[in-house]
Amino acid sequence: MNLFDYIRPASLDEALSAWEPGAAWLGGGTNLVDLMKTGAMAPGKVIDVTRLPGLDGIESLPDGSTRIGALVRNSTLAHDPDFAADFPMVAEAILSGASGQLRNAATVGGNLVQRTRCAYFQDPWSPCNRRDPGTGCAAIGGETHNHAVIGWSDRCIATNPSDFAVPLAALDAVVEVAGPSGQREIAMAAFHHLPGDTPETETALAPGELIVAIRLPAGARAFRANSRYLKVRERTSFAFALASCAASLRIEDGTIAEARFALGAVAAKPWRVAEAEAMLTAQPPGAALFSQAAERALQDAAPSGENAWKIDLARRTATRALALAAAGTPARMPALPASTFGEPAHA
Amino acid sequence: MPDVIMPRFGSNSGQPTTRRDGIAKVTGTATFAADNQPDRMLHAVYAPATIARGRVTALDTEAALAHPGVVAVYTPWNRPPLAGDPDAKPFMFAFRFEALQSDEVRYSNQPVAFVVAESLEAATEGARLLKPQYEAQPARVGLDGNEPFKPKGDAPFGLPRDFEHGDVAAGHAAADQALDATYETAENYHNAMESHCLVAEWKDGKLELDIPTQAVVLTRGAYAYYFGIAPGDITIRSPYLGGGFGSKAIANGPQILAIMAARELGRPVKLMFRRDQMFGPTGHRGATRQRIRIGIDGDARMTVLDHESLATTSSFDDFIEPAAYASQGLYNAGALRSAFEAVRVDTGTPGPVRAPGEASGSAALESAMDEMAEKAGIDPLDFRLRNYAETEPGTGKPYSSKALRECYAEGAKRFGWEGRPLEPRRMQDADGKLVGWGMGTALFGAPMFAAEARATLLPDGTGLIETAAADMGQGAWTALAQIGAYALGLPLDRVEFRSGHSDLPDGGVAGGSGHTATAGGALHAAGGDAVAKLAGIASADPDSPLFGTGNTGVVARDGWLVAEEDDSRRDSFADIIARNGGAAVVGTGKAARPPEDAARHAMYSHGAVFAEVKVDPELFQVRVTRMVGAFAAGRIINPRLAESQLMGGMIWGISFALHEEALFDKRTGRIVNGDFAGYHIPVNADVTGLEVLTVHEDDPYVNPIGVKGVGEIGISGSVGAIANAIWHATGTRVRRFPIRIEDLLAGA
Amino acid sequence: MSHAISLTVNGEARAVTLDDPRVTLLDLLRERMALPGTKKGCDRGQCGACTVLIDNRRVNACLTLAVTLDGAEVTTIEGLATGDTLHPVQAAFIDHDGFQCGYCTPGQIMSAVGLISEGHAGDDPERIREGMSGNLCRCAAYHGITEAVLDATRRMADADTASDADERASA
Repeated sequence: MNLFDYIRPASLDEALSAWEPGAAWLGGGTNLVDLMKTGAMAPGKVIDVTRLPGLDGIESLPDGSTRIGALVRNSTLAHDPDFAADFPMVAEAILSGASGQLRNAATVGGNLVQRTRCAYFQDPWSPCNRRDPGTGCAAIGGETHNHAVIGWSDRCIATNPSDFAVPLAALDAVVEVAGPSGQREIAMAAFHHLPGDTPETETALAPGELIVAIRLPAGARAFRANSRYLKVRERTSFAFALASCAASLRIEDGTIAEARFALGAVAAKPWRVAEAEAMLTAQPPGAALFSQAAERALQDAAPSGENAWKIDLARRTATRALALAAAGTPARMPALPASTFGEPAHA
Repeated sequence: MPDVIMPRFGSNSGQPTTRRDGIAKVTGTATFAADNQPDRMLHAVYAPATIARGRVTALDTEAALAHPGVVAVYTPWNRPPLAGDPDAKPFMFAFRFEALQSDEVRYSNQPVAFVVAESLEAATEGARLLKPQYEAQPARVGLDGNEPFKPKGDAPFGLPRDFEHGDVAAGHAAADQALDATYETAENYHNAMESHCLVAEWKDGKLELDIPTQAVVLTRGAYAYYFGIAPGDITIRSPYLGGGFGSKAIANGPQILAIMAARELGRPVKLMFRRDQMFGPTGHRGATRQRIRIGIDGDARMTVLDHESLATTSSFDDFIEPAAYASQGLYNAGALRSAFEAVRVDTGTPGPVRAPGEASGSAALESAMDEMAEKAGIDPLDFRLRNYAETEPGTGKPYSSKALRECYAEGAKRFGWEGRPLEPRRMQDADGKLVGWGMGTALFGAPMFAAEARATLLPDGTGLIETAAADMGQGAWTALAQIGAYALGLPLDRVEFRSGHSDLPDGGVAGGSGHTATAGGALHAAGGDAVAKLAGIASADPDSPLFGTGNTGVVARDGWLVAEEDDSRRDSFADIIARNGGAAVVGTGKAARPPEDAARHAMYSHGAVFAEVKVDPELFQVRVTRMVGAFAAGRIINPRLAESQLMGGMIWGISFALHEEALFDKRTGRIVNGDFAGYHIPVNADVTGLEVLTVHEDDPYVNPIGVKGVGEIGISGSVGAIANAIWHATGTRVRRFPIRIEDLLAGA
Repeated sequence: MSHAISLTVNGEARAVTLDDPRVTLLDLLRERMALPGTKKGCDRGQCGACTVLIDNRRVNACLTLAVTLDGAEVTTIEGLATGDTLHPVQAAFIDHDGFQCGYCTPGQIMSAVGLISEGHAGDDPERIREGMSGNLCRCAAYHGITEAVLDATRRMADADTASDADERASA
């Protein structure tokens, strides 16, 4: 780890004015400190934002939306009874990620800006356009077990590893950020960038901007009765997703009035396709319908290496997640373990 | 000296005592090697190669030395001389290693420089700042297309020998039905939770090492060789090992460099490998490709078992995962063949990993047995029973003991094997998950090595037992103390056990599942010797109730010597010593298996493992939901600890079957998942419904205490049982380990 | 630049001057505070061997920069027992053979203490397995670990009930 300046500002203004190129925000540290240890990140200045006041609450706003302060710890949010009741698949997604210890440390703001698990990104000795623009992509032609099958480019095939981001995308969450030029809002759909020609630009955050809150719109609560997050992984727990899906339905009189679903671990951002959701609207829930919608969501998928199987797995995962959502949010949320076990195979 | 009836174990199983080191381990006071911190200690970090083959051409030592706190940087160009050549193989467990003797890079993660600093943080950054430059050559990766190598079985360690019994060609020809299947297993890395580490300190030309080692006394010889000093000038303290699994008996380059740096700098040096560095210089299980051909006659009796194994070894040294050995001692085939080949790749040299050969060999063999049973249309357990070996196949030697039939019966009963449908995809649970049952036979040799021990009866009537054994989790602190206490005729709480220190008698190597038999055998002999000496004193003492017991014999019990034929004649240890000069009575003992015993009998532990898996019918996530392992391993000294060992082995089986695989980038030869997030081992949630049964087995031949071993056999059989259960659940036969979701998707 | 921080470790107030901002809580404890009970397994939050409680929440000490901990209360394995009396989780680990080599054990125990106080797993073995999955054990003592956590959970709940009853009785 390189030597760095450490500062712990006491106010948001102080934090924002402390920022300089090459600085990094430190929240829970579960991702930043890890990457500083591998050498994949080497900030000259670390700005500890964990003591900034007013960013650690979960509040209901007058317009019916729910605002989560960026410094709320992942586990605090997931175990907040009101929050978990209103947004069960968000709680389920959080609790299917990492470990109890990491969730206790990681902040929700930090979760959204966690970096990819691509081994070549994490290793500073490998070429990586995302880490060191212009050096190339060592993952292409390499070991691609964990890589993208949709939305990738010839510059980068990394995926976004966040579980949390997937239901947030499905529920049209809004990211509130503060920066040198004031506060603004970024829709989740626009928050994470696909790599294209500039994989180094991972998010819509401008230099010096800091996430201060995440907001779930009032309408997101309407899905609470039929919401699930399903994660397929290679261990029963404490593993990143091979494929995941956050699925939520609003069912009225046996008909799907509105559907939202997003796929995780298949792209550099949570993958949502409006046309696929639209196919579900005004239809009765059913396995064939779910399968068609999942197929549609992955219509543009293509292997980025020896990972064509992930397309099939993602389709199956989305199909199942929709079926689980249709079957209803379990009485006890989050269901456990958040693997496919403890769940009927034919919901 | 009168005849003394050697203390024998009264019942087959000992007491399920909790671990004697338990309080130290749950309170954080057990001192592991890297917990030591002598005054003026420096921290060392080695810079790992980031290519797999080539030469280092430049290192930015200036940048490293300029970093605050960095004290020294050793490179191939300035490394002070060592007395011994790292590329020599002057003794039994010597492997070639990299200690900056040249600029050559032989595999990724070997040391290319060594940085010492005042703090760990400075040493770590110093190593990063070196930014090595290379002249790289194409890496040689994988089992295909690389330089072949035929092991000849002529080295003392690591080179298996081909084995053939009976007419193999005739066996193939005589088969009514035949199986010809090829299986692959992945590279596995030991990854003990405690990485390799040490604290080295030189004092007046003598070396003190806090280092976890599976061979406390023996490894002194290695360090003595590399540093040109006498073994007696080296003190090794290794009270606890944070796991070993075969990797901690062998010297490696970074450790030698740390000792060297401590000598050069005149200060103690601590080195602890980073987790990613555990995928390189510390050994691993080579990958294998195994072809198994089985022929059966009309009664499903095997006419031939023909097992060929190809394994990876390094470009510069030889250790061949002896997978095909797994087929030698188990089934009664008319003809039997095990053949070995190797291929050289750019990795560190493989080495013994828990159940070397047996784990990978059994995975293939037990899968093949299942496939053959399927072809024959008979129950897999029935198939194994039809081919049960009453004597060792090939040699015809009787087994010293073999309660495998009982293992099959007890395990099957406990599991509920009866009624298992022969065809796959016939069982589902209430949630719609596919359910499958599979089984495998477990086999592991029961070796014994050489060890010495001392047992002392102290004037206060307590005992002191000593042997430089290694407790890497198997429970040596407890089981060996139980053996020693029993041999002295003292309750466990009146015996002090000293272990894990090189000043003590050589406790031998903790490996091969033979440590309890070996070190325990020495303790048993030492205790017997002390008791015999004490009995001699008592018999010659006119004031002793045992005066003149002579040939009638005495036994030691609870701190008393008691006349065997008259319980009322007894004398306490303390009284005997007090009346006879008050000096402690010291007994010594050795253990080793007489060659004639080994020649007369085949000696193995046996077991039967039954597994249930549940598989999601569309997503193909697999969970092992139940496993029953029934094992016969001679006398069980401490059932609590033995069951933990066996269960740990079975979970290694889960890991081998479903999780562990080092993934190599085929272009660079570098491992891309060299950490615990990428290299999966089971987590707690992966383990449910495990049961271990130990089956009674008296073995009068294996050694005086009747102990075989339980450390490794749990893996054997378990891998195949899980693979077979997955087939039974899904109908998909995966012949590559670990079995992954994509393999099952491909079969869907 | 050095950083002065004050923190409480196992109930004892400690003033620390850090000459290096890179020092993690794990290395602070092990290398600078003579508290080596907390173990380093991966140093990257992937194994849980370094689990400690910070302000009564279980976290990975290896990913926590010490410099951030001004004012924090840290509990390590060395601070768990009361004199010679083991914490119920420690005692249960011995009784159920919840370890072999003992290296991951301090982290397992601290994680279990954290898990029990979080209160989400209760005495459901499946939830305990899930909740303990951030702590790898290469010896694979998982069966004993789960049994130990289950047993300790019940013992601690019984003790709470008993002390509640005592309070009622004395009221």
